[in-house]
Amino acid sequence: MAQMNMIQALNAAMDIALGKDPSVVVLGEDVGYFGGVFRVTDGLQRKYGQHRVLDTPIAEGGIVAAAIGMGVNGLRPVAEIQFADYIYPAYDQIVSELARLRYRSAGAFSAPVTIRTPCGGGIRGGQTHSQSPEAIFAHVCGIKLVMPSNPYDAKGLLIAAIEDDDPVLFLEPKRLYNGPFDGDPGKPAVPWSTHPKGEVPDGHYTVPIGKAEVVRAGDDITVISYGTMVHVAQAAAASLGLDAEVIDVRTFVPLDVETLVASVQKTGRCLIAHEATRFGGFGAELIATIQERCFWQLEAPIERVCGWDTPYPHAFEWEYFPGQARVAAALTRVMEAG
Amino acid sequence: MPRPSRLHVPRTPARPGEAPDFSYVRLSPAGGVPRPDVVTAAADIESLSVDLIRVLDEEHRAVGPWNPHLDIDILQVALRHMMLTRVFDDRMLRTQRQGKISFYMKSTGEEAVAIAAAMALRPSDMLFPSYRQQGLQFVRGAKLVELMCQLLSNTRDMCKGRQLPVMYHSVPGRLFSISGNLATQFPQAVGWAMAAAIKGEDDVAASWIGEGSSAEADFHHALLFASVYRAPVILNVVNNQWAISTFQGYAGGEQSSFAARGPGYGIPGLRVDGNDFLAVYAATEWAAERARKGAGATLIELVTYRAAAHSTSDEPSRYRPKEDAERWPLGDPVERLKGHLILLGEWSEQRHATLIGELEQQVAAAWAEASTYGTLTDGPRLDRDLMFEDVFKEMPAHLVEQRELLRRERS
Ligand SMILES: Cc1ncc(C[n+]2csc(CCOP(=O)(O)OP(=O)(O)O)c2C)c(N)n1
Ligand SMILES: [Mg+2]
Repeated sequence: MAQMNMIQALNAAMDIALGKDPSVVVLGEDVGYFGGVFRVTDGLQRKYGQHRVLDTPIAEGGIVAAAIGMGVNGLRPVAEIQFADYIYPAYDQIVSELARLRYRSAGAFSAPVTIRTPCGGGIRGGQTHSQSPEAIFAHVCGIKLVMPSNPYDAKGLLIAAIEDDDPVLFLEPKRLYNGPFDGDPGKPAVPWSTHPKGEVPDGHYTVPIGKAEVVRAGDDITVISYGTMVHVAQAAAASLGLDAEVIDVRTFVPLDVETLVASVQKTGRCLIAHEATRFGGFGAELIATIQERCFWQLEAPIERVCGWDTPYPHAFEWEYFPGQARVAAALTRVMEAG
Repeated sequence: MPRPSRLHVPRTPARPGEAPDFSYVRLSPAGGVPRPDVVTAAADIESLSVDLIRVLDEEHRAVGPWNPHLDIDILQVALRHMMLTRVFDDRMLRTQRQGKISFYMKSTGEEAVAIAAAMALRPSDMLFPSYRQQGLQFVRGAKLVELMCQLLSNTRDMCKGRQLPVMYHSVPGRLFSISGNLATQFPQAVGWAMAAAIKGEDDVAASWIGEGSSAEADFHHALLFASVYRAPVILNVVNNQWAISTFQGYAGGEQSSFAARGPGYGIPGLRVDGNDFLAVYAATEWAAERARKGAGATLIELVTYRAAAHSTSDEPSRYRPKEDAERWPLGDPVERLKGHLILLGEWSEQRHATLIGELEQQVAAAWAEASTYGTLTDGPRLDRDLMFEDVFKEMPAHLVEQRELLRRERS
C-alpha cells in the first residue's frame, strides 16, 4: 500500500498497463516529455520511450482517430484530451466511429481505446476549463463511461478501462486530483493522505466497470452522486446529521441499476447531485430509472441538485457550483416531503 | 527491452540542460527576398513560403524591396505600442502573482506580430485573434482600464465575468470575442470575409493562430474555404516555436514551413521575420492589398519566439533551456525597432528609458482605477443575476426560475 493522490494513482495505473502489456501506448498533447499539464503521465515517456508515450499535434479529432487506427491494428491506446472542454473536435470520431465500430462491422473490427480527460470545475478555469460533459456521452451507444471520485478507484478503474476490449471514456474530476473537496473553497485544501481512499495498493488490481459503490450506508435517504459531488454530498448530509446512504455512481454506462434501486427501495427517498448542467443532465436518466423501479416505495419526489443551465462563469464559480448549502437545502426538502 | 520501431518522432532541438540550438531555423538575409506584384498567382511565388522576408538587417538598417518606407512618427507610435504591450504584460503578470487576477498570458517577444499587422490594416478591417495578440487592442484604441477590468472579472468587465482573463473583445475596435477553444476563430474569419465579399464591401478580415493550434482541422477548413471563395482574409500563423511544452515540429514544422501550406491550397504563403516590425507591416500591407483587389487570401507565417511562459500556470524551465530566448536568432522586436530609430537619429537610450517610466506610470494609474471597480479578493462584485443573462437573447422560463432560486439562496 502507498499514499497517493489521484494524479499519482492514475500515473501508476498507466505505468502498470504499459509495463504489463507491450501493446499499450499513451498519446496526447504535452503528455510525453513534459508529462501532461496536470503531470498525470509524468515519467512515463522516460521509462517506456518515445514510441510508447507520444506527444501529439494539437488536434483532438486526430488524436482519437489515430487511436482508433492503432486500436484496430493491435495496439491498446490510452489517449489524453487535455481538458474535457476540448474534446468536441473529437466528438464525431468518438460518437460515429469509436462507439459504433464493433456494431457496424458485426464484430469484425473494434478498437480498445481509452480516452482520459480532466473534467469539472472548482479551479477558476472559467467556461473552457470546467465542463462536465458526461451526459452528452452517456447518450451515445457503444462507449463505456467512467468517473472515479478517489485515488483507489481511479487506479483500479483506469486499469480496468485499459484492459477492457470496449472503448472507455474516462472522466477525471480535476478538482479532486490533489485532495478530496467538500465544496467549501474557503477551507484550506486537504490532501488525499487524510482520506482512506488515498491508500492505494502498489501492484495490479482492478475496480470493476459497471459497479456503483455505497460509500456510506444509511437508512434516511439515498444520495446518488459521482466525482467531486460525492464528497460535497457526504459533507452536506453529515452537516444535517442525516443517516444518508451515499452512492458513488462510478460508471455511467453500463449503469449499476441494481445497487441504486436496492438503496432507494430501502430508504424511500432520493436526492441526486451533479455538477453538470441540469437540463438533459445525467440526473434525469437516474431519476427516470429509479422512478420506474421504485415508484411504490418512494415517500417523496426525487430531487436533483445540479449546475445551473448556463456556461460555467469565471466570476461566479461558487455561485454556480452546487455546494453544500444547496445540497443541504435539497436534502431537507426531500426529508420533509411526503 | 523496447521493440525496434520505425516510427519517426520529431526531434526537439534542445531540452533543459542542453545548449540552445536554432540551426533548424532557415534564415534569409534582410532584403534578400523579392516582392512580387500583389496579384501574382500562388504557384509563381512558392519560394516566399520557404525563404524569410526581412527588412531590418543586423545594423538596424531597413533594406530591400519589402521596406514599407514608413514615416518616423509612425515608427515612433509603433515602438510606443510595443513597449506599452510589454509593460502591460509585465505588470499584469505581477498582479496575477499577487492573487488579484486568476490567470494571465504574456506576449513578450512577439509584440511586433500584432502591432505591425494592426497598424498596416484599416480600422474597419475585422480582427479574429487568439489569446496572444493583446497588441491589437492597443492599436485599436482600447483603454487600459477597460482591459484590466476584464482581467479582474469586476463590475466593469466587458465579458460580465463570464470569461477567463485575456479573452477580450471590442465592438468599436472590431476585435472578435476570443475563444479558449483553439483554432475556432480561423475559419470564422474566413466566413466574415466571405460576407464582406457577398455584401460588396471593401473590408478585410485577419486572424491569428498559434503554430501548435494550426494542427486542428479548423486551420484546414479556413484555408479551404478561403481558397474556394477567394475570401478577402489574411490568415496569420504565429510560429513562436512552442505550444506549451511541445516543439513546433509536432505541428508539422519539421517537414516544411507553416507558410508552405498556403500554396497547397492555391493561397500564397509568406514566411516572415516576426520580430521585424517593418517586415510584418510590409507583408500585411501586401496581403491586404491583394485581398482588396479581389485576388483572395494570404497565409502569413510569423517566425518568432515565445520568450515568456505559456501562461501563469506554466513553468518553461521544465521543458526548454533557460537561455533559449536570448539566443533566438531573430532577436527582440522592441530592441530591433528601437535600434532602427536610434540609427535614424530619431530615438535615444535616454528617451527610451523615459518612455518606459511613463508607460509604467500610466499602467499603474490605470490599475489603481480598475481596482476600484473590484478585484478577485476585494471591492465591489458583479451582480450574480448576470450569470443567467445572454445565454439566450430572451431569458427562457427555466433560467428565470434558476435565477430566482439563486436569489433566494442568498437571502
Ligand atoms: C481545442 C483545444 N485544445 C487544447 C487546448 C489547450 N491549450 C491551450 S493553449 C495550447 C497551446 C497552443 O499553442 P500555440 O497554438 O502554438 O499557441 P501559443 O500558446 O504558442 O501562442 C493548448 C494545447 C485548447 N485551449 N483548445
Ligand atoms: Mg506557439
